[in-house]
Amino acid sequence: MIIAEKKQLEEIKAMLQGYRKVLNVGCGGCTSVCLAGGLKEVEDLCTQLTISLEGDRVVFEAEGYTVERQCEPHFLAQLDEIVKPYDALLSLGCGAGTQLLAERYPDKPVFPALNTVFIGVNRDIGWYEERCKSCGDCVLGMTGGICPNALCAKGLLNGPCGGPKDDHCEVNAEVPCAWIRIYERLKAQGRLENILTICPAREWQDQVQGTLILQPYRDRYAKKDK
Amino acid sequence: MVAAMKSESNLEKVLARGLFAVTGELGPPRGADADAVREKAKHLKGRVDAVNVTDNQTAMVRLASWAASILLLQEGLEPNYQMVCRDRNRIAMQSDILGAAALGVKTMLCLSGDHQAFGDHPKSKKVFDLDSIQLIGMVRKMRDESKFLSGQDITKAPKMFIGAVENPFGRPYEFRVHRLAKKIAAGADFIQTQCIYNMERFREWIRQAVDMGLTEKAYILAGITPMKSLKMALYMKDNVPGLDVPDWVIKRLEGVDKKKQADEGIAIACEQIEECKQLKGVAGIHLMPIEWEHRVPEITERAKLLPRPIFQ
Repeated sequence: MIIAEKKQLEEIKAMLQGYRKVLNVGCGGCTSVCLAGGLKEVEDLCTQLTISLEGDRVVFEAEGYTVERQCEPHFLAQLDEIVKPYDALLSLGCGAGTQLLAERYPDKPVFPALNTVFIGVNRDIGWYEERCKSCGDCVLGMTGGICPNALCAKGLLNGPCGGPKDDHCEVNAEVPCAWIRIYERLKAQGRLENILTICPAREWQDQVQGTLILQPYRDRYAKKDK
Repeated sequence: MVAAMKSESNLEKVLARGLFAVTGELGPPRGADADAVREKAKHLKGRVDAVNVTDNQTAMVRLASWAASILLLQEGLEPNYQMVCRDRNRIAMQSDILGAAALGVKTMLCLSGDHQAFGDHPKSKKVFDLDSIQLIGMVRKMRDESKFLSGQDITKAPKMFIGAVENPFGRPYEFRVHRLAKKIAAGADFIQTQCIYNMERFREWIRQAVDMGLTEKAYILAGITPMKSLKMALYMKDNVPGLDVPDWVIKRLEGVDKKKQADEGIAIACEQIEECKQLKGVAGIHLMPIEWEHRVPEITERAKLLPRPIFQ
């Protein structure tokens, strides 16, 4: 899922400078799961901002409302009347949800309370790890289920480099070398031939804004010739 | 071994004639200082067949390796133009290769590169569009097929002698000789190894390379870095990833007076060089005296590597 983390309070306050009445919009999806932007986090942030700005002697009012998912237009519809009295919206959704919010209410300044950091997994309570770079060209089948783009600091497809120290990445000693892991897993499965052959240069897919229209729906959105 | 010349580079000529090759190394300065390059080059002229020019080593910004390579050409030395994958995409790489070749560079070394986290701009955008093996393949395609990676024609092919690096002591050990094989299959003409101290393990690795027929396809140069002091040896033993410094090296340096440690370090290096000359599959050495370039004349003299061959 998408992992995001809250920005520092000072940065959020700086963004909201000059706005007196702000709606904090939470998200019941990914940012709820990673404890950054759900119902509880929205309430906490309202309290934090109010107390902090009171301390700064700034007139400020923050209220919260959490939608099912910010990335879904029909879940945002319920906000249409609700947002009216507010000067600005502070989104606790990921970057995608924040943008949909901004698109729906173009006259309202919309600010991100979170930094969206990666696509990852939950290792344990409060511990998330990146696993995917959404490169659009998945090679996990070749590498025994270990992503060389997300987990190798150099994104090598023909690794390892000369750098591993004690089987850990030269860049980050906490991180095991992805290519040593790939080697060991493929060896255990008897599939080493995958990495004995040369993997050619990638065709990077992230060239322009991504759009995906599923095949069954293409006619529906096709431009009609007059 | 090699039929027709691929590049007419000096290094290729030495190796193709079965002569024991010697390459050196030069790190460009952190300033727009051509004289600093010329100063370092002075110690190497006539003592080595080619000089590696590092490419923003340890991700610290330095005078560009292509520019320092041209300066070396002007001083009458052959550069081994290093290119890493960290900072350039395939467009910039091919462009730089054409530029370097147009200005007379005939030898290049393809590496992944130290990660930007080590350098002075740790939050710069990482590139790594290609990895070192893909880069080797791309240069070979440019040279032998006169085509860009995209498959389109190049009007005048860059004739580069292609080098790569391998670390015989990196993990996973059993895979290293296969990675060497991949680099050679991709198009590497010569390989320089990381610096070697554990001759026993190096002998094992080279034997595997010979057995796999790899030394028939590419020339392997053993990396040699003389220890300047006991302190350096201890540091390298404990802190440098992928390096294997055996205890006997430490003991020998401990066994001499502090003032004599540098001399002992050079003596050990000369013994290693002598052994490499006899070792089947080793075509030469790559001398990397870290911040000790001014000792290259003495080291090459003591190791009986002089004079270097000169071709008209």
